[in-house]
Amino acid sequence: MSGAITVIAMSGGVDSSTAAALLHAQGEPLVGMTMQLWNQRRLAGLPGMPQPARGRCCSLEDVHDARRVAEQLGIPHYVVNYEESFERDVVAAFAAEYRAGRTPVPCSRCNTHVKFAAFAATARRLGATRIATGHYARVSRDPAGNRYELRRAVDAAKDQTYFLWGLTQEQLAVACFPLGEKHKREVRALAAGLGLRVADKPDSHEICFVPGTDYAAFLDAYAAERGEDPEPGGELVSTDGRVLGRHRGVHHFTVGQRKGLGIAAGRPLYVLRIEAKTRRVVVGQDAELLHRTLVARGAHWIAGAPPSAPVRVEARIRNRHAPAPAWAEPLPGGGLRVVFDQPQRAITPGQAVVLYQEDLVLGGAWIDAAA
Amino acid sequence: MPAAYFDHNATTPLAPAAWEAMRAAYFEQFGNASSIHRQGQAAKALLEAARESVAELLGARPAEIVFTSGGTEADNLAIQGIAALHPGGHLVTTQIEHPAVLNTCRELEQRGWSVTYLPVNAQGLVSAEDVRQALRPDTALVSVMMANNETGVIQPIEEIAAVTRAAKVALHVDAVQGAGKLPIDVRRLSCDLLSISGHKLYGPQGTGALYVRRGTRLQPLFYGGHHERERRAGTENVPGLAGLGAAARLAAAELASEAARLTELRDRFERAVLATIPLARVIGAGAPRVPNTSNICFPHVEGEALVIALDLAGFCVSTGAACSSGAVEPSHVLLAMGLPRHEARSCLRFSFGRSSDWPQIEALLAALAAAVERLRALSPGWQPDREPAEARA
Repeated sequence: MSGAITVIAMSGGVDSSTAAALLHAQGEPLVGMTMQLWNQRRLAGLPGMPQPARGRCCSLEDVHDARRVAEQLGIPHYVVNYEESFERDVVAAFAAEYRAGRTPVPCSRCNTHVKFAAFAATARRLGATRIATGHYARVSRDPAGNRYELRRAVDAAKDQTYFLWGLTQEQLAVACFPLGEKHKREVRALAAGLGLRVADKPDSHEICFVPGTDYAAFLDAYAAERGEDPEPGGELVSTDGRVLGRHRGVHHFTVGQRKGLGIAAGRPLYVLRIEAKTRRVVVGQDAELLHRTLVARGAHWIAGAPPSAPVRVEARIRNRHAPAPAWAEPLPGGGLRVVFDQPQRAITPGQAVVLYQEDLVLGGAWIDAAA
Repeated sequence: MPAAYFDHNATTPLAPAAWEAMRAAYFEQFGNASSIHRQGQAAKALLEAARESVAELLGARPAEIVFTSGGTEADNLAIQGIAALHPGGHLVTTQIEHPAVLNTCRELEQRGWSVTYLPVNAQGLVSAEDVRQALRPDTALVSVMMANNETGVIQPIEEIAAVTRAAKVALHVDAVQGAGKLPIDVRRLSCDLLSISGHKLYGPQGTGALYVRRGTRLQPLFYGGHHERERRAGTENVPGLAGLGAAARLAAAELASEAARLTELRDRFERAVLATIPLARVIGAGAPRVPNTSNICFPHVEGEALVIALDLAGFCVSTGAACSSGAVEPSHVLLAMGLPRHEARSCLRFSFGRSSDWPQIEALLAALAAAVERLRALSPGWQPDREPAEARA
């Protein structure tokens, strides 16, 4: 095989498998690749971790499924190892963010730092001119044809632009999202119609490298494996500074959390903010979670430069958040201030704020604080 | 386009003579070698003929050959079989063994044995003196490979055997990559146990053998009927072993001429690579190597990508090691030889065989040079006139 090829990242799930089938049906010279990102056996048996190892990420069953789909389509398939890059750019960052009292979005970093970086680089070296994935998102050109645009998927419920806002013009130039115009049910029907063995496979929702949903146990095991001291505990305090109890580390908490606080109170209490320096977790009433303004850093504008004046947007502060009308104002040094028309609940440091105009993704930034 | 195959250390295509022997065993002389009747006797005759052929290839007596399902089982039988007789004892092996040996030793470590993993020098050689110094009063077994699967480097087994013999410690040799490539005489080597695999010498996959020197006590791995002199229960894979026997006869007959032919091809290939690809270097070049193996480092090239690029161009080669998913990991052999991780990731193994000829290798050379150039052109660290950035850091 020589000349221009498309490389498709195949996870072994129904989305990327169907995306591969669609491209193959169009006669694309196609090569499937599955990324080995994390070894689930690594932390097996450490306290809090399942033994034997269980997990979704890079499980042998998923690799097997990807390989069998590639065989069925008759395309070459390879497993490629990005464990080092994934640990450095995604897992270590994930751990550091939690330690700093923030709630990270590892999927965003994986897309911008691994899939559309190291993985795409390998694909391009192999002669690929396009990098396809099973993401629900769309890429278009602006009317003048000068720039690439990222747009929300047709299926609003499956739209994954919240995890793709970090893509650059160079990355968008090679990105190919065959499912962007499809609804999930169409994708499953297509997969079933093609006889793909993964047509009925359940969707994955959780963070791929964490077995189950216990992030704190994962972080404890990861720190132990690296010989780091366990996270020190700290105090749970009220907004007026009263100590209400103790906790086992800030990484057990996220803003808006109600369960697992371990304190009895007349009314439900919620995590309002996490003060990493003092190890204090501030709790209070539900109404205190509402804020109109957030400040963020590391802003990325997909068109290239930030706008020169505040822009009218709909802003999304977590993946499952319905974008809300707001003004977005670029700040010096890559900062961003977003002022919502209506107060938003549980603006969470470490999460991304992603800015939309209709279905167009303008860009995003990492939330620093609610204000 | 049929792929050009340069991965004979992974597996070899079946020899036509082996297939002919297997076909006859499946359809004509089929039988259970333990049965009394004539079909059973016919199968038993094939099995014992195969045993004689394997014994001949190794310089052993037929009664010293135990058939197994492959090299991995032979290694396990040797190591676990000796260890079981010395509970909590000490084992000596090397850092560059095949996982069949390495992971067996690690498992025994978990179960209470202690294991010394000897280092190798920059050429990938174990020293007999290191073996001597590692021995303890409770050492039950020394296990050292004859030739390394990734580099082809041949270990000084006779010198090591002199050490183990003097200390009265059992010696196991994993000869999976030696058999069929090097003349083997277990009497001269004076080892106690030696493993081979059928599919590395043009026999079928799923066959192997362990030489067990007469008088060596060995605990079986599992239990059942009285097969293989009570050392390996289970109905023998007669068709497969008939194929192994035929392959062993062929290997013995062709060994000298094929070794000379492959050495010349391999050396010519390496000279051409060094002359045409900047910074390429042969791993283990200063050590004795089996005739068919060439491991070459291409700095600033991701080995994984190079294997894929060559496969897409129709050439089958390999990097050292793959994990369970099939992804490439830096080779433990190359790391043990002192290569930094980024260089260990830049090495490829070419292993030639009966089907290899110069026109095929010339085509490989052209594809290789083109792929290396293309991968380097897009590599951020690659500047032809400078040393690798990592090397300076």
